[in-house]
Amino acid sequence: MAQNTEKKYASMKGKRRASLTVTYIVLVLISIIWLLPFIGLILQSFRSFDPAVEPGQNGGMVSYIVPKTFSFDNYKFILSDQTNFPRWYLNTVIIAIFVSIGQTLNILGVSYALSKMRFKGRTLLMRFWLILGMFPGFLTMICLYFLLKQFGLTQAGAVPGLILVSIASSGMGYYVCKGYFDTIPKALDEAMMIDGASRARIFFTMTIPMSKPIIIYTALVAFMAPWCDYVFASYVAFGHDKSYNVAVGLQRWLVNADYQGYFTRFCAGGVLVAIPVTLLFMFLQKYYVEGVTGGAVKG
Amino acid sequence: MSAAAKKKNPGFFRAVGKDIAEIGTTFAHGDWRTRLSYIILGFGQLLRGQIAKGIAYLATEVLFIWYMLQVGNRYLAKFSTLGTVETTKVHRKTVYGDNSFLILLYSLLTICIIVFFIFLWRLNVRENLKEELILKSGKQLPSNKKVLASLLDGNFDKTLLTLPMIGIFLFTVLPIIFMVCIAFTNYDKTHQSPTHLFTWVGFDNFRELFATGGSGLGSTFGTVLFWTILWALAATFIDYFLGLGVAMLINKKGVRFKKLWRTILVITIAVPQIVSLLYISKLFASDGIINQTLLKWGWISKAISFWTDPVLAKVMIILINIWVGIPYMMLIATGLLMNIPPDLYESASLDGANHRQMFRYITLPYIMFVTGPFLLTQFTGNLNNFNVIFLLTQGGPLSTKLKGNAGYTDLLITWLYKMTVNDTNYRMAAVIGIMVFIVTAVISLVVYNMLPSVKDEEAFQ
Repeated sequence: MAQNTEKKYASMKGKRRASLTVTYIVLVLISIIWLLPFIGLILQSFRSFDPAVEPGQNGGMVSYIVPKTFSFDNYKFILSDQTNFPRWYLNTVIIAIFVSIGQTLNILGVSYALSKMRFKGRTLLMRFWLILGMFPGFLTMICLYFLLKQFGLTQAGAVPGLILVSIASSGMGYYVCKGYFDTIPKALDEAMMIDGASRARIFFTMTIPMSKPIIIYTALVAFMAPWCDYVFASYVAFGHDKSYNVAVGLQRWLVNADYQGYFTRFCAGGVLVAIPVTLLFMFLQKYYVEGVTGGAVKG
Repeated sequence: MSAAAKKKNPGFFRAVGKDIAEIGTTFAHGDWRTRLSYIILGFGQLLRGQIAKGIAYLATEVLFIWYMLQVGNRYLAKFSTLGTVETTKVHRKTVYGDNSFLILLYSLLTICIIVFFIFLWRLNVRENLKEELILKSGKQLPSNKKVLASLLDGNFDKTLLTLPMIGIFLFTVLPIIFMVCIAFTNYDKTHQSPTHLFTWVGFDNFRELFATGGSGLGSTFGTVLFWTILWALAATFIDYFLGLGVAMLINKKGVRFKKLWRTILVITIAVPQIVSLLYISKLFASDGIINQTLLKWGWISKAISFWTDPVLAKVMIILINIWVGIPYMMLIATGLLMNIPPDLYESASLDGANHRQMFRYITLPYIMFVTGPFLLTQFTGNLNNFNVIFLLTQGGPLSTKLKGNAGYTDLLITWLYKMTVNDTNYRMAAVIGIMVFIVTAVISLVVYNMLPSVKDEEAFQ
């Protein structure tokens, strides 16, 4: 009997080791698949578009990943005044910072009002916004473009225009933040109210300091979105090269322009865009995970 | 549903009836201050010493009247025709006529402002009634200072919500109403304002969308809609289960470097999709590195048309979306797996359950239960997943079999985008937008009521 169990135990151990090995193989494979595009992107960005440096081609796509000679030609080119890339980059940083601050303030305010305060029409308002959210965002593009044009916020003024549009309607994205506020016990608010604190005081001196994770999450998500904003940005800045953001610029390099010639330069631009955003994200990953998981469970 | 609606309706009408009755009795029983307030908003408040409130009401009324005289009535008068005076050329000079776009937009704005004003007027009447009642009972009205201070205390919600609501009204509500109206007009390439007029055409555009013969878009719409739903299903559920699987792999007892594996996957979320997806789309291009390498190795004799073959393009999109989607799901599932009460597993293993049974009867039901709403939002999000489709194929490959410049991988949303930007076919874009809304709303409503966590909230508590 005892022998039997031992045998069983040993075989289980073997089984476990085998299954662990399989797991590791799968995980390594997954890692390769997930990392390969990024490794390719980085390596290609160091391949010169100058046939004198990299023989036989001119910055297009080739059949090898590792460049024959490493060079910084692409980076030099896109950071020089031959392109508007530095300007696009600056535009995107400005938009991202303002949108991040504006959206966070907007969402915090809305979430507090909806979570902690009870007023007439509260559920009606939430339902109304939920229904509004079911309309596709691009539907209203021409109307928004026209509204912005009335204020001179298109083409040359596209950057403030984009900031305004991104912030204006962001209050509807309150779900995750409100869910977090809902977990702060009401008793805390009530205790402060008994001490004579006003709602505004409670909001600024208690709720906000307690909500660091969700504030960082909201700001991070808002900061990352403008880097990807191609659709509306290209529509609002149409034909005005200096008002593009990096997404529009890169997309044009690769799709509309002669991408065979700009492929490696696109890669270099992509690396420059990805580095700060990725680093920031990795640095604040903890908060992102918290926000995303919390949001998913509460729905 | 219908029973609930029936139940709701009499309540609504009764409430309106009560409201009108209250307006009447307030006028009949009120003093002269209240009665004058029916015409001059805030008058009663001002005379009772409620300066802050009174001025706010009065100022709004003055602004309203000024707006109606200056702007509102001019546009509202042309609302039914959207303008009749064509822009003409007299000799070499262009004489601008009516601008249908402006007329529609400002008319809608005016209607909204009127509705808001009526609401405010109603509020004003009720406030007069309240003040009278307070004074009659011998109490004092709150001081102006107190009224203003309440904006930071009892009425803090109004302070917080005012700006966001104005923003949402101007940049979401008004544009949506506007575009819904556009669906009932003939605003397109040949009716561009300001040089041309457009006007109401009733349900013509909807008929065109559903018509199968002639210039109707019926069959194209069917194809696009079918692919949209198929895509959303595939993108949601494949990613969901694979992500869950990967999370369980990493979470497995004995697996080391858990953080490393997770971090590698998370890079996909961190890098902006405009960079990663555009790069990947070029990887698989006919002259991309994958085709070139396979050709060089002699594995294939001519380039595989990843993006120009309709079926292959769809498969590629779903595969690449797995690459995009797994990391999100992995993160979420990791958090959830840790939350499953461990005693559930303990008692199961005491009962002699093996791993597969535990997954089947504990892990899966638990995860499905808590992530039900999340799955729903993922699904509706994927219905409108613009980035993946647009950055990879831009909706292509195009075909002469599809009308309205639709491609085989176009979702409704990318089709809408193309119609707006490339074809300036605003009327059909608006119709498709309404269709997207209907699809999203119907699916959300139906599925939401079927969710286990909605039906049976207590199951896992």
